[in-house]
Amino acid sequence: MLRRLTTTARSMIGATITTVTALALASCTLATESGEDASGTPDRSAEPGSTVVLVTHESFKLPKKLIRRFERESGLELEVRPAGDAGSLTNRLVLTGEDPIGDVAFGVDNTFASRALEAGVFAEYDAPVPPGAEDLAVPEGEGRLAPVDQGSVCINVDTAWFERSDLEPPATLDDLTDPAYEDLLVVPGAPTSSPGMAFLLSTIAEYGEDWPGYWEDLMANGAKLTDGWSDAYFVDFTGGGGGGKRPIVVSYDSSPAFTVDERSGETTTAALLDTCFRQVEYAGVLANAENPAGAEEVVDFLLGEEVQAALPENMYVFPVDGETELPEDWARFAIQPDETYSVDPAEIAENRAEWLTEWTDVTTR
Amino acid sequence: MDRRHHPLSRLLTLAGLAAGPLLVVGVFFLLPVSGMVAQGFVVDGRFAPGEVLEVLARPRVRRVVWFTLWSAAAGTALTLLLGVPTAYALYRLRLPGRAVLRAALLVPFVLPTVVVGVAFRQLIGEAGPLGGLGLDGTPVAIIAALVFFNLAVVVRTVGSSWESLDPRPAEAAAALGAAPLRVFLTVTLPALRGAVVSAASVVFLFCATAFGVVLVLGGLRYATVETEIYLLTNNLLDLQAAAALSLLQLLVVTVLLVVAHRARSRRAAPIDRRTPAPARPGRGDLPALAATALALVLVALPLGTLLAGSLRVGEGWGLDNYRALGTTGSGRALVVPVTEALGNSLRTAVDATWMSLAMGLLVAVVVTRRSRSTVERRVRAGLDGLFMLPLGVSAVTLGFGFLITLDQPPVDLRDSPLLVPIAQALVALPLVVRTIVPVLAGIDDRQRQAAASLGASPLRILASIDLAALRQPLLAAGGFAFAVSLGEFGATSFLARAEHPTVPVVIFRLIGSPGLDNLGMALAASVVLAGATAVVMLLVERLRVPGLGGF
Amino acid sequence: MTETGLELDGVTVRFDGTPVVDRVGMRLPAGAVLAVLGPSGCGKSTLLRAVAGLEPLDDGVIRYAGRDLHGVPTHRRGFALMFQDGQLFAHRSVAENVGYPLRIRRRPRRESAGRVEELLSLVGLEGYGDRSPATLSGGERQRVALARALAVEPRLLLLDEPLSALDSSLRSRLAGDLRSILVAAGTTALLVTHDHDEAFAVADRIALMRSGRLVQQGTPGEVWRAPADAEAARFLGYASVLDGDPARRVLAAAGLPTGHQVALRRSALAVAEDGPLVGTVRSARATPEALRLVVDVAGVGEVEAVAHGSGVGPGERVRLAVDPGRLAEVPMD
Repeated sequence: MLRRLTTTARSMIGATITTVTALALASCTLATESGEDASGTPDRSAEPGSTVVLVTHESFKLPKKLIRRFERESGLELEVRPAGDAGSLTNRLVLTGEDPIGDVAFGVDNTFASRALEAGVFAEYDAPVPPGAEDLAVPEGEGRLAPVDQGSVCINVDTAWFERSDLEPPATLDDLTDPAYEDLLVVPGAPTSSPGMAFLLSTIAEYGEDWPGYWEDLMANGAKLTDGWSDAYFVDFTGGGGGGKRPIVVSYDSSPAFTVDERSGETTTAALLDTCFRQVEYAGVLANAENPAGAEEVVDFLLGEEVQAALPENMYVFPVDGETELPEDWARFAIQPDETYSVDPAEIAENRAEWLTEWTDVTTR
Repeated sequence: MDRRHHPLSRLLTLAGLAAGPLLVVGVFFLLPVSGMVAQGFVVDGRFAPGEVLEVLARPRVRRVVWFTLWSAAAGTALTLLLGVPTAYALYRLRLPGRAVLRAALLVPFVLPTVVVGVAFRQLIGEAGPLGGLGLDGTPVAIIAALVFFNLAVVVRTVGSSWESLDPRPAEAAAALGAAPLRVFLTVTLPALRGAVVSAASVVFLFCATAFGVVLVLGGLRYATVETEIYLLTNNLLDLQAAAALSLLQLLVVTVLLVVAHRARSRRAAPIDRRTPAPARPGRGDLPALAATALALVLVALPLGTLLAGSLRVGEGWGLDNYRALGTTGSGRALVVPVTEALGNSLRTAVDATWMSLAMGLLVAVVVTRRSRSTVERRVRAGLDGLFMLPLGVSAVTLGFGFLITLDQPPVDLRDSPLLVPIAQALVALPLVVRTIVPVLAGIDDRQRQAAASLGASPLRILASIDLAALRQPLLAAGGFAFAVSLGEFGATSFLARAEHPTVPVVIFRLIGSPGLDNLGMALAASVVLAGATAVVMLLVERLRVPGLGGF
Repeated sequence: MTETGLELDGVTVRFDGTPVVDRVGMRLPAGAVLAVLGPSGCGKSTLLRAVAGLEPLDDGVIRYAGRDLHGVPTHRRGFALMFQDGQLFAHRSVAENVGYPLRIRRRPRRESAGRVEELLSLVGLEGYGDRSPATLSGGERQRVALARALAVEPRLLLLDEPLSALDSSLRSRLAGDLRSILVAAGTTALLVTHDHDEAFAVADRIALMRSGRLVQQGTPGEVWRAPADAEAARFLGYASVLDGDPARRVLAAAGLPTGHQVALRRSALAVAEDGPLVGTVRSARATPEALRLVVDVAGVGEVEAVAHGSGVGPGERVRLAVDPGRLAEVPMD
C-alpha cells in the first residue's frame, strides 16, 4: 500500500520524520543542558544505592550545604522531587503505590496520614524519633511514619488594630460569632487550603456534630472566605501589609514572628492559643522503593539535629525535637499553644469528603 | 486495467503527515487522560460504569456544569465584544504606539493566576480602590478576569487576519450605499469569520477550564468543572467523580469543537490577501476606539496594581523588591534566585515554542489540504479537533495521568526534564494551530498547483507559497506559544523539578511564604516576567518586514 | 510522422465513487494545441488536473512521449499549468513571478534575468518586471502568467480557461496573441474552455466533452462541419438544431439529401429575392455587419436569419435562401 502513495505524500512523510527526529534530538540537547542531575531518567537499578529519591510537597526546602554534607557522608545522591501540596502528595503516593515515584516521602500530614497508611504506601521502618516527639506519632503509623515537624493553625489577630480601635480582641472560637467582631474575620477555604482544613477540624473538635451550626453563625457574622492562605493573609488581613480590612485571620502560631515592627522591635500580631489545631508532618520509607536502605538514611537525616534546627527558617515550622534551639524572633514571638484541638486521623480519612461537602454547602448557601 | 488509485492511500498519506503530532498527542495526552479516566471506571479490578454515571446525577454537578457553561459563554462573548474592535484599532488604524499596545495586551497571558488573583483582589477587594463596586467574590469579577486573560487571543488572531484583508470588497459595499455597520456585518465579518470563530473557540476553552481565577475571585462560592475535578482528584482522591466530570468535560469540549468546525467551514471562497496601509482614525472609528480604550483600561488597572505593589517598600516606595530578585528571598524562601528561574523559564519557553510551532505547522497543513472524499474530510476534521482537546481537559487529570501511565518502558518518562516543555507545547498547540489554519485555508490551492506544475517540489511549495503567507501568522503564533510557556503554571508546577523551577513556580512559592518582603518579591518577579514577555513580543513585532518578502 | 506527445487511455477519475472523468482517451501530437471544450461541470478541468498530476487516476493511463506518467509527481512532469485568474504570487514582483520556475531550476542569475526580459517582451510586457501583480490589469496578469508558464519551455502547457476572466474584446485579441505565442514558441498545449470562440481561435484540434466523456474530437473544421449530435452542435455555437419536417424542408432548400437533423448558424438563412423559403419577419435588430432577423418560416417555425442592405421590418413577408456552408448535418440521436 505504501508504494501506492503519491510521491508528494512520500516526501511529505519524509519531512515529518525529519521534523520528529530533529525534535527528539533537540530535546536531548535540552536534557543534557539542564544541569548536573539531567542524565535523563536515573538508572537506579544499574548502581543500587547510588541515588535516593525524596518525594515531598512543594514547600520543602533545606539549605544546600546540609544536603551536600548528607550526600558526602552517606555516599548517596539525594534527588528531591516536589509533588504539589500535602493532599496532592498523598494522593500521588496512593495512586502510584505499586510503582512509587520515589524511595522516601516527607510531607504527609496528620490530616492525610490515615489515607496513606490505609493504602499501604509506607513500608516498615522504626526511625529513632527525637525526645519529645513520641506524642506526635499517628497511632496506626507506629513503625512506619516518623514525625519530622509540627506547627499549629490558630486564629491570628492584628493587636495593633485592636488597640487603635479600642476593642478587646477575641480569644476563643465562640467569640468569633460575637456581633462585636462582625465583618472582621477572613478564613481560607477548607477544600483549597491546608490551614483552612485545619481550622475546620478545630471547629469539628470543639463543636462535634453541631459544627455546621457554628459555621452558619460565623458566616452570618460576616466571615470572608478566600481560596488560599496567602490571599487571606496578604490581601484581606490588616496585619499582613497588603492594606486589608479584616484584623482577624486564620494563620499559624509562628506567624507573629514575621510581623515584627522594625521601630519598636515588637510583633504587631498575636496567635490565639485557644483556637489551634496542630499539624504534624511525617516522613516514611515507601513500600516497593528501589532504594529502601537509602530511604531509611534520609528519614534519619530529617530527624537529625541539623535539619531540625534548619526547619523554622526554611519551612516555617517547628522542629519536633524539643531540644532544638529556635531562631531569635521565633523564640520571642512564635508562641506555641500548650493544648490544641485534635481529631483522630482515621476519623479524618473517613469523613473528609463528607465534611468538605457539608462545609461547602453551609458556607456558600 | 488495474486500479491506479485507492482512496486508502490518501488516508495513509494523511496519517503519515500527522504521525509526528499524533504520536506526541497520543503519548502525552490521550494515554494519560484515558489512564486516569479508566481509574474511575475500574473499582477493585472490576469495570463499574454505573457509579461513575451516578455522579452525574448529583445536583451539585448540575450546578457546577451550568456555572461553567454560562460563565465561559459570557466571558467569551465579552472578550469578543471588546477584542474585535481592539483588533481593528490596533491592526488597521494608524495609532501612535500601537506596536507597544499590542505587546502590552499579551502580558496578562503570561501572568500566573495566583498573582493576577492577588492583583484583582487588591483592586476590587473591600479595601481596594474599586472596593465600592462590591465585585469581590461575584461572577462579575470572575468574568472580568477571564476577559483580562483572553483579550490577547482575540486581538492577535483576529487582528493578524484583519491586517491582510483586502479592503476593496468593503469599499465596494460602501460605494453601493451600505452603512459602516452594514459593511462590517455583511462583508468584513464573513471574511473574518474563520479567525473570529477560531479565537472564540479557543477563548471559550480557556474560560471553561479556567482554574486559578475562579478559585481566587469566586471566594469558593463558585465552582467550575475544572475546579471541581481539581478538588475531587487532588484533595479527595474521589476518582470516580473526577472521571465522570472529566468525561463530561471531554464531551462538552468535543461538542464545542464540532460546532466551531461547522461554523468555520461554512466559508468556501479563498480570501484575497494584501496588506493595505493602516488608515488614519476617523470619526467613524470612535466606537472601535472607545472599545479599545476600555480594553486597555481593563488590562492596565490590574497591571498597575501589580506594579505599585512591587514598588512598595514598607511605608514608602523603592526598588528593594527588584534588588532582592537575585537572592533566594527573605528567610531563604527559594531554592534558586528568581534570576536563575528566569533563565530556566526562557530556556524552557524556547523549546516549547519551537516544539509547538513544528507540530502546529504539520497539523495545520494536514487539516487544511483539500479533501477528495467524505471520509477524508471527516478524518481531517477529526484530527483538527483532536489537537484542540488538550485545552479542554483538566491539568490535574493530565498530571496525575502522567504519573500512572508514563511509568513503564518504553515511555518511562515521568522523571524526564522534557516533560515540562512538551506539556507546555501541548497547551500552546491549539493556539498555534488556530492562528495558522485560517491563513493556510485562505490560500487558493491553485497557487500551490501552479507552483507544482512549474516544477516546485512539495517542500519548495511549502516554503514559497505556504510559509511565505505564514511568515507573520507564524511569528504571532510563536509569540503566543512563548507567552503561554512563560506563564504556564498548572502542568509546570506538577512536572518541574525542584532544582529548575520556572518563574511562575517561584512566584507561587514566594506568595505562599510568610513575610511581606516575599510578597513584594513575588510581585516584582511578576512584573519582570510581564516585562520580559512584552520585550520579546516587541522584538517579534519588529521582525515583521513589510512589503514583498519570500524566499 | 509527428512526434508522440500526450496520450490518454481510458482515463477515469471518481469523486466519492461518481465518475467525473469517464474513460477518456485522446492523442495530442507534440507541437499541437488541443482544446477540450465543454460546459462547466463536464469534468474538463478535472481532466486537466489529472494530466497535471494533481488528481490521482482511478483507472486508465496518461503517457507523455510514450512514458507512463503514473507515480510521476506534478513537479517532475515538466509541464506548466496556467489558471483562469493567473494565480500570480502576490508577494513577488512580475519579474520574480516569471523567474520563479527558473530559480527552482537554479539557472544562473544573469541567464534568468535575460530570459525573463525575453519572455516579458514575448507577451508584450517589456519593462513591467518591477511591478507588483496587484497593480496589473486582468489581461496583463494573464500575460505574466503565460510568460511564467513558458519560462522553462514546458513539454506541455496546460491552460485552464486562460481567457475567460477577461472582457470580450480583450479576449479575442489575446486569443490571437496566445495562438501566435504558442506557435512561435512551438509549445504543445492542452487548453480547457467552455468558450468555443476561444477554442477555435487557439487550437489545432478540438475535443468536445460532456458529463465526463469525450463526445467528439478532430480539427476545428471537422468538428465544426459535423457535430456529433444536437447538443454538441448547440455547444459549438450553432443557433438552432432542427429535426423532422423542418429539417427536411431546410435541407431540401439547401439542395442537400435529407434524413438528418440540421444545425443552423445565425447566418445560415439570408433574405434573398429568389429564396426557396417564405416567412414573416417577427423582429429585426441592426448589427454592424447585417440586420439580424427572427423569421417565422412556413413549415419550419421561428428561426434566425440575416438581411444585408435593404431595410426589412417586422410583419413583412420575406423569401429566404439557405447557405449550405453555414449549416451542419447532425446524425439522428
